[in-house]
Amino acid sequence: MSVIAPDETRRTPAPPPGTFLGMPAFPVNAEQQLANAQLRANLARATATIRAKRALRVAEVPQWEDLRAAAAAIKDRVLANLDTYLLQAEANLTKAGATVHWARDGDEANRIVTELVRATGATDVVKVKSMVTQETDLNEALERAGIAAWETDLAELIVQLGHDRPSHVLVPAIHRNRREIREIFLAEMGRYGTPAPPGLSDDPAELAGAARAHLREKFLVADVAISGGNFIVADTGTLVVVESEGNGRMCLTLPDTLISVVGIEKLVPTFEDLEVFLRLLPRSSTGERMNPYTSMWTGVTAGDGPQNVHVVLVDNGRTRALADPVGREALRCIRCSACMNICPVYREVGGHAYGSVYPGPIGIVLTPQLRGLDSAIDRSLPFASTLCGACVEVCPVGIDFPKLIVHLRRLVADRERTEPGLEPAVMAVGEWAFGQGKHLSLVERVAEIAGRVFGPWRFFRKLPWPGSLWTSGRDLPVPPRESFRHWWKRVKP
Amino acid sequence: MNARDEILARVRAGLADRGTGAGHPVDWVYGRATPLPDVLGRFVERCEDYQARVIRVAAPDVGPTLVRVLRESGITSAVWPAGLDAGWRAAVLAAGVTVIADDPPLTRRQLDETGGVVTAARVAVAETGTIVLDHAADQGRRALSLVPDFHLAIVRGDQVVSDVPEAVAVLRASIDAGRPLTWISGGSATSDIELERVEGVHGPRTLVIVLAE
Repeated sequence: MSVIAPDETRRTPAPPPGTFLGMPAFPVNAEQQLANAQLRANLARATATIRAKRALRVAEVPQWEDLRAAAAAIKDRVLANLDTYLLQAEANLTKAGATVHWARDGDEANRIVTELVRATGATDVVKVKSMVTQETDLNEALERAGIAAWETDLAELIVQLGHDRPSHVLVPAIHRNRREIREIFLAEMGRYGTPAPPGLSDDPAELAGAARAHLREKFLVADVAISGGNFIVADTGTLVVVESEGNGRMCLTLPDTLISVVGIEKLVPTFEDLEVFLRLLPRSSTGERMNPYTSMWTGVTAGDGPQNVHVVLVDNGRTRALADPVGREALRCIRCSACMNICPVYREVGGHAYGSVYPGPIGIVLTPQLRGLDSAIDRSLPFASTLCGACVEVCPVGIDFPKLIVHLRRLVADRERTEPGLEPAVMAVGEWAFGQGKHLSLVERVAEIAGRVFGPWRFFRKLPWPGSLWTSGRDLPVPPRESFRHWWKRVKP
Repeated sequence: MNARDEILARVRAGLADRGTGAGHPVDWVYGRATPLPDVLGRFVERCEDYQARVIRVAAPDVGPTLVRVLRESGITSAVWPAGLDAGWRAAVLAAGVTVIADDPPLTRRQLDETGGVVTAARVAVAETGTIVLDHAADQGRRALSLVPDFHLAIVRGDQVVSDVPEAVAVLRASIDAGRPLTWISGGSATSDIELERVEGVHGPRTLVIVLAE
C-alpha cells in the first residue's frame, strides 16, 4: 500500500483526486475493480457474514412481512404529503428551539453549514457518519474554508485517514483488511492528533482502541458537531440517530453547537411510527436485534447537550425523484444496505465502481434520479444489474427494484435516442430494414453473400470497430447462405 | 424565491398526480405487546447476549448490590445524578466510594477522569435487551452516562416491557416533555474491521444492569 505524502496546505487528509461525476461508465470501473483480488476476497467474506446475520435476526420476528408492508405504507404516506410533513416538522423544531435551514442543492447546504461553523469561531468540527454530507462533499467545502472536519465513525476514520472513498453505506471500509488498517493508523494518526501506539498490532480490538484514544481528544475539545439523521419525526420535531460505537452520542451530546444535515425524505409522521422502523432497521442493516445506541433529541434541552441546534433540510435532487411517479419509490429508502449485501453485482465489484455515495441496487435507482442522466456514469448505473430481484426480498421498505431499474433504463434509452451516437444510428438502420419487405430482402441478400464467403468459419470472433463492440464480449454467428424468407419463396412458390 | 419556498413548490409540482383522497392507509396496530412467557427472563438473556452483565436482586438489596458491583469493578469514584435514590447513595458512600454530584455541571475532562456513573432508566425492552434513558433527574444529563468508562444502570422489574412498540408508547410522555432519549443495547461496539465485533469503542466499555424486582 502506498503512503501518501502529507499536503501541508491542508488541515485534513486529502481524498483521492477526481470526482464521482467525472468517472467513466460503470462497466469500465467494474473491470478495474474486478482485477483487485484482495477487494473481492474482503467483500465476499464480509457480505456473506452480514447476510447470514440478517437472515437469523429477521427469522426471529414473526410479523416481519407485516412490518415491511407498514413501513412501505408509512413512507408512501410521507412522500404523498411531503409538503405538509415538512412544514409540521419545521414548526415543531422551531418551537423546540432549533433553527431550520433549507438547501436546494449540495452547494447551498455546504454554504449554510460553513457559515454556521464560522459564526461559532470554531476551526475544527467532529462529524457523525452521514450519507447526505457525502453527497454534498461537505468535508471538502469546509476544508476550503479552513475548517477541519473529523470523521468519528471508525470506518469513516479509516477511509479519511486512508485518503480513500467509502465503498459501502454501512461499513464504508469493507474493502480494507486489518493489515491495511494498521498501516494507515500508524502512518497517519500522528499527523492529525493522538498517534497510534508504536507497537500497534492488527488485532481489531487494538485497532479500535487506537481509534478511541485518537478521537477522545477530539471529542473532549470539540465545540461544533455535524450529524445526519436517520429520521425526523414530524409531529414532535424529534431527530433520531442510530449507531453502534458511541461516536454519535459523543457528537450529539458534548459540543455546544449541533448542525444536523438531513434529506427532506427522512420524515416519519409520528413518534409512534418509530416502533416500525426501529424494529426493521437494525435487523436489516447489521443483523442485530437492536443497534447499541440510538439517540433522540427535540431541539434544545436546557442544561443537557447542545444549546445551539440547527437542522438543514436538503433537497439535492430529491424533488426530481419525487416528480417521477414510478421512480419516487426509491425515496422510501432508510439506508440499511441489505440490498447491496445481497446483490450479486455489488458482491463482485464493490462500492467504488458505482461513482456514487450510494452503491448497489439502491445506488443504481437513486443516484441517477438525484443527479439526472447527463453523465456517462449516471446513464450506466441502471444497467448494473442482472434483474435477479434478490434485493426486493430483503428491502425493509419493499422497494420494487427491478421495476425501477427497467423504468430508468427506458428513460436512458429515450434520452439517448434524441442524441447523435452509434446506437440511434443502428436503430435507424433497423427501422429502415424492418420497415418494408423489400428492404429486408435487400439486407438478406447482403447477408447471404457474407454467409457464402465466411461460411467455413461459422463464427466471427473478432470484428473491427464498430463490430468489435459486439465481439469483445460475444461471438457473432456467420449468417446462413440462404435466408428463411428466400428459402420459403423457393420451396413454396 | 427563497430556498424554503422553492423546495416546497418543487414538492407540490412533483406531486401534481396525488389527487385528494385519503390514500396510503397504514395497516398496522400500534403499541402491541409481543407475547413472551417470561418477560424478565427474556430481558436478562438478551442483555447478556450483548455482553452486558445483568444482576437480578430483590428491591431492598439494591444498595448492597451497587456497593458490591462497584467494588468488584474497581470503581472508586462515581457520578451520581441528583434524583437517584438517597438510600443507595448513602450505602455507596458508606462503602468508601467517592460520589460525585453534577453540580456545578462537570466538565468533559472531569467526566473523562471519573471511574463510572450510576443511573436509573425510564423503560427497558426484553426482546432486544435494551434500556432507554430519558435523562430525568434520576438519570442525569446525557454526558454523564456517556463519557465515564463504566455505566451501572438500575432498572425496576415493572419498567421492563416485551418489545419496542410498548416502549415507544411509554416514551411518548418523555418526548412530549421535550426530553432527549438514549436507547442502549449492550455496550458500545463496532464491526467495522472485517466485520469482527469489538466491544467498547467510545461509549462506556462496561455496562452493568441491576434488575430490581
